[in-house]
Amino acid sequence: MGRPGVLSWMRDRLLFLDGGMGTLLQANGLKSGERPETWNLLHPDAVRKAHRAYFAAGSDAVCTNTFGANLLHHDSAALTEIISAGVRLAREAAGDAANGGFVALDVGPLGRMTEPFGDLPFEEAVRLFYETVWRGADAGADFVMIETMNDLAETRAALIAAKEACDLPVFVSNAYGADGKLLTGATPEVMCAVLEGLGADVIGMNCSLGPSALSETLRRYLETAAVPVLFKPNAGLPHVADGKTVYDLDGERFALEMLPLVLEGARVIGGCCGTTPEHIRALRKAAGEIRPKEIRNRRGAVIAGMTKAMTLGDEPIVIGERINPTGKKRFQEALRAMDMAYILREGVQEEDAGAQALDVNVGMPGIDEKTVLPRVVQELEAVVSLPLCIDTSDPDAMEAALRCCHGVPILNSVNGREESLNSVLPLAAKYGAVLIALTLDENGIPETPQGRLAIAERICARAEALGIPKERILFDPLTLTVSAGADAPAVTLEALRLIRDRIGCGTVLGVSNVSFGLPGREIMNSAFMVMALENGLKAAILNPKSAQMMGAFHAWRALRGLDANCGGYIGFASRVQFSAASAAQAAGVDSGTEGLSGAIGRGLRAEAEALTREAIAGGSEALSLVETEIIPALNRVGEAYEQKRAYLPQLLLAAEAAESAFSVIRSHARRDNSHGGMRVVLATVKGDVHDIGKNIVKLLLENYGYDVYDLGRDVPPERIAEEAVRLRAPLVGLSALMTTTVPAMEKTIRLLRQEAPFCRVMVGGAVLTEAYAQAIGADAYGRDAMAAVRIAQTVEREIGEDTP
Amino acid sequence: MIWHMEAEPPFNLDEIRRYMRLGPGGGNMQGVETLLRECLADACGLMKREVCYAVYPVHAEEGGVDLTFARVRSYDLARALSGCGQAVLFAATAGFAFDAAIARAQALSEARGLVMHAIGAERVEALCDAFCGFIQQTAACRGLTLRPRFSPGYGDLPLSFQTAVAGALEMEKIGIVLGEGLLMRPSKSVTALIGLAGKDM
Repeated sequence: MGRPGVLSWMRDRLLFLDGGMGTLLQANGLKSGERPETWNLLHPDAVRKAHRAYFAAGSDAVCTNTFGANLLHHDSAALTEIISAGVRLAREAAGDAANGGFVALDVGPLGRMTEPFGDLPFEEAVRLFYETVWRGADAGADFVMIETMNDLAETRAALIAAKEACDLPVFVSNAYGADGKLLTGATPEVMCAVLEGLGADVIGMNCSLGPSALSETLRRYLETAAVPVLFKPNAGLPHVADGKTVYDLDGERFALEMLPLVLEGARVIGGCCGTTPEHIRALRKAAGEIRPKEIRNRRGAVIAGMTKAMTLGDEPIVIGERINPTGKKRFQEALRAMDMAYILREGVQEEDAGAQALDVNVGMPGIDEKTVLPRVVQELEAVVSLPLCIDTSDPDAMEAALRCCHGVPILNSVNGREESLNSVLPLAAKYGAVLIALTLDENGIPETPQGRLAIAERICARAEALGIPKERILFDPLTLTVSAGADAPAVTLEALRLIRDRIGCGTVLGVSNVSFGLPGREIMNSAFMVMALENGLKAAILNPKSAQMMGAFHAWRALRGLDANCGGYIGFASRVQFSAASAAQAAGVDSGTEGLSGAIGRGLRAEAEALTREAIAGGSEALSLVETEIIPALNRVGEAYEQKRAYLPQLLLAAEAAESAFSVIRSHARRDNSHGGMRVVLATVKGDVHDIGKNIVKLLLENYGYDVYDLGRDVPPERIAEEAVRLRAPLVGLSALMTTTVPAMEKTIRLLRQEAPFCRVMVGGAVLTEAYAQAIGADAYGRDAMAAVRIAQTVEREIGEDTP
Repeated sequence: MIWHMEAEPPFNLDEIRRYMRLGPGGGNMQGVETLLRECLADACGLMKREVCYAVYPVHAEEGGVDLTFARVRSYDLARALSGCGQAVLFAATAGFAFDAAIARAQALSEARGLVMHAIGAERVEALCDAFCGFIQQTAACRGLTLRPRFSPGYGDLPLSFQTAVAGALEMEKIGIVLGEGLLMRPSKSVTALIGLAGKDM
């Protein structure tokens, strides 16, 4: 090698980067709309000259002219040429530069939005970045500079790709808005936790604004980051003068704004849009002699969702346990049918009920966890802001879920068995997850607290050897049921205390196992949880929708002095009382006159549910409720809708109120039968992501008793045909909103005709008309959700007539 | 260039009800009103208030227009810009926070999702209107008048025109990107041309 790597070089000094590249190339004739990286081949002298100017101005490292160099913009051969020329030109410019002379492979955004907010699949984004990075590493770059990223998911894709494609140091720089957030909402605290967890060597921000306007965001990094912080802002704000875009800070003023921020701790510094060699020269002159500030050593593990981060500290947290099929028939059904709406609703409701993280478990027979777990994780992260707890024993499913989980998750779990340690610890290390470790091993669960402590100590040592600090481990000393052994809870409680006092680690428990086999389980569970909290429990896995459990949790916090002015407790108690009171009020005032049918007609979900419960408890037969109350109410609203006396929101709310009544009826009827109605497969076709119309149709069809299999959105023709065949569904409904996706609909219909000639196809969506539907070969056109119900009724009648 | 709207404008409830497809005479359903109030509370302060724009000369051509950043065949656009020496091209977005709020609302219930969609649509339209107000003021000083906005997908102006718009405005700077089907992300985003008629701006 001969010379030190960039990280050791910058250990005790600042690293000066370059300024803007586009500005210099435009001055040399780069036109708007032209791809700057092509200049590496077309005008190499101009590119080399720009790099040389920065080295001469005092840059220790320059970024290659490869910001947009990726396979979305260039074919493979051209990409190789552009990137190797880019690295070579920077290297030539470095020549015998007086300073560092480092060459950074510049990696910019792809220009497409990554899932979950965009349509570019995450692994495809990883692949595209991988293709750029290995070429740059091969060409001899000194480090990788991922920059101007404004989305958490894309940043992660780039960083994962860089770590997998080479061994070079990786710097990661994000573009923040004036609100101190990335475009998709991530805060500096989230980014620090995510990027450090994935092993970024330097993190920070560039572009967007000038130094002063970004200073608050920078400070949040300096408060949080455990690695050096990079700061490469614009030369202030742009404005147009004489038809040209100019920035308001010249070199001197830029340096003046930068200087205090360097003194506060920014260690890797340079400029972005509007900055020139003049800016870097002034910056070097002003800050060249500054010794970098020490990076503070921080304690405590951070977990994060996509927009919020949380430090696991002195305060215990609640992890919601509802996303788990064990013992839940309705959830199992939802998983088998991949009814994501049901699963997401559980998650959002848990968040609203006060959970601070969500356990996600999809393990059950017949479910391929490796496929299903990542999908659930990805969709949940887009709708809840909470950190997730990835709960599986399958290492492949674990890794698949860890890759696409964009926050910092908890990984549930590793244990003391050799096989588990070998497969799970490296995953937690690679993806930066906080780890739950169960105190059991090849010999089972030790009967003594000391035995459990010994396993915890062993796991701790193994984890630390892989670079996982003990702060990132939560030990689960396991809850055993009290009815099977009277002293079992005491052993668990003592183990909690020992782990806290001897190792200094946090602990976690799923408390409900303690009451297994006993009546009134929540009474027992909440008492045990309070005892566990008294023994240092840091995270309780429980049902946050249980008022008894959450009540005990809030009461404990208040009694322990953790709840200033009892604010948390009062908030919780008033929410619970309020909802009880309002339900009673609704039932008393409105229902007396109109009953269940009236509640549905007025779109009152809670009331419809309460009245159904009441009616069943009072001896009403479920089926007669459906026939005399629910369906007539739906029909009334449906007819009003068709006559334009009621509108879509009313129709939807009535359907949702009916659905809540049905859910009560189903929970009573489930014991003897599962499905009754005709099967209908629904999907939004390939290429289309609009699904609200399709979802409305689903809701209404379900209300009318049809057995709906919703395949979601952007569904390939093959999958729709496959499901229609598998279910022998008499009716398939296809939806498309855009003209561009109607061909996909036509293709799906053709395939259905071949593979599932027995089924009818109805189509709907904004761009379709009766005539268009006929032209693409559909059997029926559903103008709206009520029309879809009518079509289903017709098909059902016809089947009835056909069957002897 | 990027234009910032100073403050979030008040919600236009009539517009939101219209996007919810609540027609006249639908009566006041108790559930709908409660839901609307709850969603408005959730939506408060969520919107991004940035528009990126640029002004281009307009040259009429046979069957279309040359806007210098692109030549486009579209009789309808040519008609919309006839008599205009220049046009303002802009992109506006309510931001990703709205997409997240819609996804969350939809997870809770379809009705809630519908209402949040409607609020998002109203918000981005309010942003476009405010931007047009700003352009109108600037244009009026120069004796110019504004034509109604015209977006890709209107009339015979193909959606594929979005690619040229995205390139010309560099609209990723305010966070708008095009997806595979030329759809914009965030979903509550608008691109459009406004013709400026009269003497040169």
